[in-house]
Amino acid sequence: MWRYSRIPELDLADYLPFVDELPTDDGVPAGLAPVVARLGRCSATVMVVNGQVVHVEVDETATAAGVQVGRLTELDPEGSMLASVTGEATNAFGLLHDAFLAEAVLVRVPRGVVVADPVAVLHWTDADHSATFPHLMVEAGENSEVAVYDHGASPDVDALVFPVVELHAGPAARLRYVNAQMLGPRVWQLGRQVSRVERDAAFSTAMVALGADYGRLEVESVLAGKGSSGEMLAVYFGEQDQMHDFRSLQDHVAPRTTSNLLFKGAVQGRSRSVYTGMIHIAKAAAGVDAFQTNRNIKLSQGAWAESVPNLEIENNDVRCSHASAVGPVDEDQRYYLESRGVPPAAAERLIVLGFFEEVLDRLAVPAAVPALRAEIAAKLARRELDLEAGVDAGVNAGVEGDVGAEEVGAGA
Amino acid sequence: MRSGEVHAVMGPNGSGKSTLAHVVMGRPGYHVVAGAITLDGADLLAMAPWQRAAAGLFSAMQYPTEVPGVALADMLEEALVAVGRGGGDVAARMRTEAERIGFDERFLARPLNVDLSGGEKKRNETLQLGVLQPSIAILDEVDSGLDIDALRLVARRVEAETEERGLGVLAITHYRRLLTELRPDQVHVLSKGRIVASGGSELADQLETTGYAGYAETDGAEPEGEGPGVATAP
Repeated sequence: MWRYSRIPELDLADYLPFVDELPTDDGVPAGLAPVVARLGRCSATVMVVNGQVVHVEVDETATAAGVQVGRLTELDPEGSMLASVTGEATNAFGLLHDAFLAEAVLVRVPRGVVVADPVAVLHWTDADHSATFPHLMVEAGENSEVAVYDHGASPDVDALVFPVVELHAGPAARLRYVNAQMLGPRVWQLGRQVSRVERDAAFSTAMVALGADYGRLEVESVLAGKGSSGEMLAVYFGEQDQMHDFRSLQDHVAPRTTSNLLFKGAVQGRSRSVYTGMIHIAKAAAGVDAFQTNRNIKLSQGAWAESVPNLEIENNDVRCSHASAVGPVDEDQRYYLESRGVPPAAAERLIVLGFFEEVLDRLAVPAAVPALRAEIAAKLARRELDLEAGVDAGVNAGVEGDVGAEEVGAGA
Repeated sequence: MRSGEVHAVMGPNGSGKSTLAHVVMGRPGYHVVAGAITLDGADLLAMAPWQRAAAGLFSAMQYPTEVPGVALADMLEEALVAVGRGGGDVAARMRTEAERIGFDERFLARPLNVDLSGGEKKRNETLQLGVLQPSIAILDEVDSGLDIDALRLVARRVEAETEERGLGVLAITHYRRLLTELRPDQVHVLSKGRIVASGGSELADQLETTGYAGYAETDGAEPEGEGPGVATAP
């Protein structure tokens, strides 16, 4: 689980859990104002500053439909819901999270309710040398529908964030979750996201990780009910010394479940990325379709990407495949653009943006996408400046090629 | 080749027609061992492919590459910016060109060559030629995959470029049909990497009946020492 990670560099003594007497509602933190403006209409908006819920608003339609968004302590005073999806903490960071958790956010959609506009949960971390422990729970009732946009951002502070997200899609629910990680260049994130998908539910999670010094996220999806499906998408793009670290689990517990994972990453400068993923198919889970694809573009000699797909299959009536690749920009694609007169750096910018488009185009909260796309373009523009200045050698040769692709299939 | 001229290159499979196109454009993987390629006196072999394009060369590919997620308009805009012709209304020019060759406008929004049929890809290449306005164009089997009506439109579009702007064309083809619309000034027969015959359009007519059999005989032994160098006459 920690292989290739940067955990040995972490010194917890550098950080203190953030404590504030009483969080005051100062409205929208300046750093989040542009995010709010871009999102436009939302069914509910929650602001979380340094791990503390400072602002909650829910529109009238959602309130009238019984949608609950707010502090868990107010909506679930007995605290029976907390950790209902994640279960017990699995490691020391989970225990830390549980011990220092200030306030969890709950989004609860009643049975049969379709929430028209996205629910936005916006996190802002600006306390230097702080450790914060945000916690989000989404409970989508039977046959309900909701899209949740979770945005984590910070100015350039030295901070540690331990986010935990619990997503529960009730029977036949349509729950779609999008997470944008736009933390400052010195922030560390050690996150965990667990989803549980019940009978016939359609679940989707998408992560866009562009920020942080070290941004780690464990993403686990449990396909717990017959006929449920889970889509897992990610885009990550590191520059300078950034590192993005994703660990995924597609856990098929029930029969006739489907999961489809597509993670696409790029590394430039001296940045690094890790993807390790597991498809687990339990003995009882017959008739499963499970797919896992991880593709990475390596844009400089000094950058490094690791991709490790895994399968663990206990039932032979399954269709299962995994594929992973790490390599430079496709030479034929670049030649095509260059043959039309597009200079190499611009050609690579267009191709990398196009590479990510396959995921960005599918995000459940389209209003959030242009800004994410713009940030990716800004990173590529910084690379072009570096290339012009001769700071960074591009990768024009030395194809590393496919790490591996494998298909496993059996059964009727 | 001079401006405004159309040169047809014909020859059996494997004779080196596409290799010629690739080498002139600068596709990676080819090593020129002899000869020179110049455009208005500039040494193309010393240039990267994008610089050759910026110098006025265009190569319509036999098998255009699919580039997922990249819009045609974005690519053309970048190419025009690189030669100081950016900032215009690329979309409008694309629509005008599309109309001239009967290219369905809804294809303009698709990622480059993705989900396009063979014929649509060839029209897409021709459309790009129209927007980029090169001075010399290589068309590598631009006629393959096109139906008769589309072939006529594409050939007429290229022919118009030769007449209106003096575009010079090197058209690689297997079929005389292209050459009835796009009238060649010269026809060359390529065999084993060498031009073994050149003539007027009557040469294409003759090939139609005799095939390449006669030219294979004149081909003789493999060239010794230096490989099949690629060169254009001044």
